[in-house]
Amino acid sequence: MFRNVAELVALAENEQTKIAEVMIRHEIEVSGRSREDVIAQMDHHLSVMERAVERGLQGVSSRSGLTGFDAVRMQRYIEAGRFLSGETILDAVSKAMATNEVNAAMGVICATPTAGAAGVVPGTLFAVKEKLRPTRKEMIEFLFTAGAFGYVVANNASISGAAGGCQAEVGSAAGMAAAALVELAGGTPSQAAEAMAIALKNMLGLVCDPVAGLVEVPCVKRNAMGAANAMIAADMALAGIKSRIPCDEVIEAMYRIGAAMPVALKETAQGGLAATPTGRAIAARIFGASAATK
Amino acid sequence: MKYKSVFDIIGPVMVGPSSSHTAGAVRIGLVAYKLFGRKPSWARVSFYGSFAETYRGHGTDVAIVAGLLGFDTFDERLPAALDIARAEGLDVSFSAEEAIPHHPNTARLCIGDDRGELELVGISIGGGKIEIVELNGFALKLSGHHPALLIMHNDRYGTIGAVASVLAKHAINIGHMEVSRKEKGKEALMAIEVDQPLTDDLIQELEQLPNILQVAKLAD
Repeated sequence: MFRNVAELVALAENEQTKIAEVMIRHEIEVSGRSREDVIAQMDHHLSVMERAVERGLQGVSSRSGLTGFDAVRMQRYIEAGRFLSGETILDAVSKAMATNEVNAAMGVICATPTAGAAGVVPGTLFAVKEKLRPTRKEMIEFLFTAGAFGYVVANNASISGAAGGCQAEVGSAAGMAAAALVELAGGTPSQAAEAMAIALKNMLGLVCDPVAGLVEVPCVKRNAMGAANAMIAADMALAGIKSRIPCDEVIEAMYRIGAAMPVALKETAQGGLAATPTGRAIAARIFGASAATK
Repeated sequence: MKYKSVFDIIGPVMVGPSSSHTAGAVRIGLVAYKLFGRKPSWARVSFYGSFAETYRGHGTDVAIVAGLLGFDTFDERLPAALDIARAEGLDVSFSAEEAIPHHPNTARLCIGDDRGELELVGISIGGGKIEIVELNGFALKLSGHHPALLIMHNDRYGTIGAVASVLAKHAINIGHMEVSRKEKGKEALMAIEVDQPLTDDLIQELEQLPNILQVAKLAD
């Protein structure tokens, strides 16, 4: 049983096991299900993520037409070889967008931790697959590790944009992905916690201001940047860089910032990008003039 | 602890775009379908709050109808639900209501056919979790944080005891329970929150009990 990141890390270190294993044992205990059953369900969720990325990389468009095909654009750009940052990080960006484009197009995805933030965790996992060559078992463990950190955030702060802004959705997802990347790359449990802290620190204050209230603009691109953030935070932690503010205190800060955030910036489509002239014009085009003035 | 399972975080598997406005809406429709016990021939759906403002863009209308057809959150037929409903003779109408609801994501469903009608109010509280706050005029107070059973039954002695016995046999503990009826001896409702997951076998066993009209589970 763990209630915060400090306890999660201590459990893994004391038992000399992975954070993934701590989460698996916890799930078996809480649900009363067998280990095989729990692993099989996560295996299924991994397959759903794989299919969503594959579909997004073929190119999809949403009902509104606001989002689609950016994952494909990024893949073509990577293939052309003239990119400025790095191939793995851009692949993560492309695959994160692929998932969220499928989500916006009413395709099947796995919420991680929500539908709106579903791109970050699979985007980073499938991007490092070439480099780290994980086994199927290790990929499933990646999701349990991400889940363990998300579980702490969900129970101590929030994973809902309506309650805590985008920092609670894409911010949480970036922290979860960063921690899981560290463990997959062979880092220690405490390094995973540092990565989570570094990723989440850099998402603090991010508002949830979806244009027309749809999970499209800016959600798809926020997933792209959430994935990039997670990759850099994981590299920083693996380099031995530490967060001066402990992970649990960063999560606590995220919760308090979310509580202080105005309602107009928490998934109501009343402020931020949703309230820009272009944001309002898009809402009017999709829902009619009355909805845009609310 | 609000969230108990890792699959609340890495999950659910669902058709997009929104866990609250799509997956939650499917689940509200699905509860109505299970309680009604068959596909209705007509449905009137009223949306309130955020649902009223954004239902077209989120596919909340499509999602509710998918639930009424018996589809789950991950059913790939979901985006085509309105066409499938038309083909199967389910006549649906939607209205966006001005009234300010208690919760921003609220839907009222009236469904029926030539044999009966059912009215239900559901709210979508985030991450695909839902609560049913009203059923056929009965107000409900379920926390939404535990698996729950909704059982429509005839108001006869021994019915509540029989349901409790079946739960005990399956080693399922009742955390919270409400019973209500409109009139002595007529239609009544049990709403039961439990601590353990509810299996399909258990639901089938409950359905076989005397005086039970419909059984639906919320979450699992």
